[in-house]
Amino acid sequence: MNTAPAPRAASATPAGAPYVRIERLTKRFGDFVAVRQVSLEIARGEIFCLLGGSGCGKTTLLRMLAGFETPTEGAIYIDGVDVTAVPPYERPVNMMFQSYALFPHMTVTQNVAFGLRQDGTARDEIESRVREMIALVKLDGYEKRKPHQLSGGQRQRVALARALVKRPKLLLLDEPLGALDKKLREHTQFELVNLQDKLGVTFVIVTHDQEEAMTLASRIGVMRAGEILQVGSPTDIYEFPNSRFVADFIGSVNLTEGTLVEDEPDHVRIECPTLGATVYVDHGVSSPPDAKLSVAIRPEKIQLSRERPAQSDNVLQGVITGIAYLGDATRYLVRLPTGFVLRVTTPNLFRREERHAHDESVWLHWHPSAAVVVMR
Amino acid sequence: MRLPIGAFGAELSRLRTAHGPALGRGLVIALPYLWLAVFFLVPFLIVLKIAFANIQLSMPPVEPVVTWTADQVLQLRLHFSNFAFVFGDELYVAAFLNSLKVAGVSTLLALLIGYPMAYGIARAPGAWRNVLFLLVVLPFFTSFLLRVYAWLGLLGRNGPINGLLLALGVIHEPLQMLQTDFAVYLGMVYSYLPFMVLPLYSAIEKLDLTLLEAAADLGCRPTKAFFAITLPLTKEGIFAGCLLVFIPAVGEYVIPALLGGPDTLMIGRVVWDEFFGNRDWPVASALAIVLLAILSGFVLLLQRVQARAGDG
Repeated sequence: MNTAPAPRAASATPAGAPYVRIERLTKRFGDFVAVRQVSLEIARGEIFCLLGGSGCGKTTLLRMLAGFETPTEGAIYIDGVDVTAVPPYERPVNMMFQSYALFPHMTVTQNVAFGLRQDGTARDEIESRVREMIALVKLDGYEKRKPHQLSGGQRQRVALARALVKRPKLLLLDEPLGALDKKLREHTQFELVNLQDKLGVTFVIVTHDQEEAMTLASRIGVMRAGEILQVGSPTDIYEFPNSRFVADFIGSVNLTEGTLVEDEPDHVRIECPTLGATVYVDHGVSSPPDAKLSVAIRPEKIQLSRERPAQSDNVLQGVITGIAYLGDATRYLVRLPTGFVLRVTTPNLFRREERHAHDESVWLHWHPSAAVVVMR
Repeated sequence: MRLPIGAFGAELSRLRTAHGPALGRGLVIALPYLWLAVFFLVPFLIVLKIAFANIQLSMPPVEPVVTWTADQVLQLRLHFSNFAFVFGDELYVAAFLNSLKVAGVSTLLALLIGYPMAYGIARAPGAWRNVLFLLVVLPFFTSFLLRVYAWLGLLGRNGPINGLLLALGVIHEPLQMLQTDFAVYLGMVYSYLPFMVLPLYSAIEKLDLTLLEAAADLGCRPTKAFFAITLPLTKEGIFAGCLLVFIPAVGEYVIPALLGGPDTLMIGRVVWDEFFGNRDWPVASALAIVLLAILSGFVLLLQRVQARAGDG
């Protein structure tokens, strides 16, 4: 199938070379294309997050990495070896399932030992590795319990231990924290990162929860309709989205269309009829003049004031129509004279401060670097 | 005016939720229990009474167990001789053992045939599943007796099976299939197979397929995963199916009577012969009671095994 398979490297991948390489991977189910021409490189020891809404193909991509789905086209290399046609039970990959998929008729120890027993590992080695793993996920004392006798958080840790005990080259996690409640999720997020750091296993995580992706991942791939739209660090994805979809999908954003009216290498001006103003951006844009563009401004990058701010660009006036006090910050909805409603978030820096009130007329302004111009 | 009526309504609905369902639930449970009491417990007690009675030439051909004597004494006379007779006679013991053997082997065969069937149905694509399921239940649309009779025709000396084998040259003279143990096993497995398939199907269908994916992911090959995951997790279906086949098979009368030979000794036939042939109601009843005790023992044993497997 592959004309030039990579040489089978018995030793580890050299530093800098991609550890997992996905080449133009496509998966079709009948007429439906679940994954379309995805190419991706993941480095050793990385936590890579596939982020997207339901039906975007992220789970299909993960299942192809695990070997549960056979790609229609393309190839997958792990540590230099083409594993595209390797069945799941022979791949150096383990998966933590969204439902955990713990074996209900086995104890915690038996669940964790299951994978090692398949490989014919020596009995005392299995015993010591299982014990070590159970201690690592802090489940000592629960060895004899069955899954239905454990809490959700404990089950999650059994699933993690079971997947990690085989020391896989790649650990796949399908919505790893999805079934946990909010408090436990925050705690587990950091535990997961610590564990990954300690073991140095490469993680590929699938999630629809952008906060989960931001906390866990070293890099994020945002997916939509079977394609990866953008790959980058959480900061890249959030601050420099490359498309309307990515800007809108990650976090909260004010998005509006505009036309390029001033195009200089060091700055641009975009006329936005919806805002009734031109937006000044302090970086150049490579696009034809008069191109229709989108301007994205994050709510926390807009400042509110009662007096007219000193700057002349990026200043608007509006009326507050909605207030949500969240404790750490306050979210305002500000209606512009054009009728467009902007979302603004201001941090609550002081315990006592005079906050803005409903129907109050305010000035809005933002820094020249705050707005992002996206093509799509 | 509205308020008191509203309050009354609320009170009424409170009462209804407090007492209504309890009463309703009681009724729902009471009805089947009443049914069982009238049509199972009472006949059982009558059979039990007859088992302790003495035979006499009259109609019914048993002495009363409870009598009111001339000297104003309520007399209860329990004859244990019937049970002693049942256990003492080798014929009866042999009939019991043979019944257990035939039922056991039939159950095992039904399991070996039924499990792949149930597995196939449970894993078949949606539309096919209903068709296959219907095919399993379809035999019930005709009378059980008719279906057993049909085998008489099929297995006979001049039946289509012998005809086919002769035509193919596999055999040169017709096989004697009727009146053999083979025919009894065939009839048993054929008749009781649906009772095996149905509980197995529901157990296999319930099995979470991601567990098999998890097993594969951990390095377990499909055949090994079947024995490590699928089989233990469908154990309850296996128990249920085996009980549903084994229990009626032990006491089966029609199949051995029609398909079996004169030497096919099964307890159902022995009870029939004692009851209608010898008109020995007490011995027939004692046999029935012993059979019931044996089967209850099996059910209890299985339940305990299952309960222990459950707690682990």
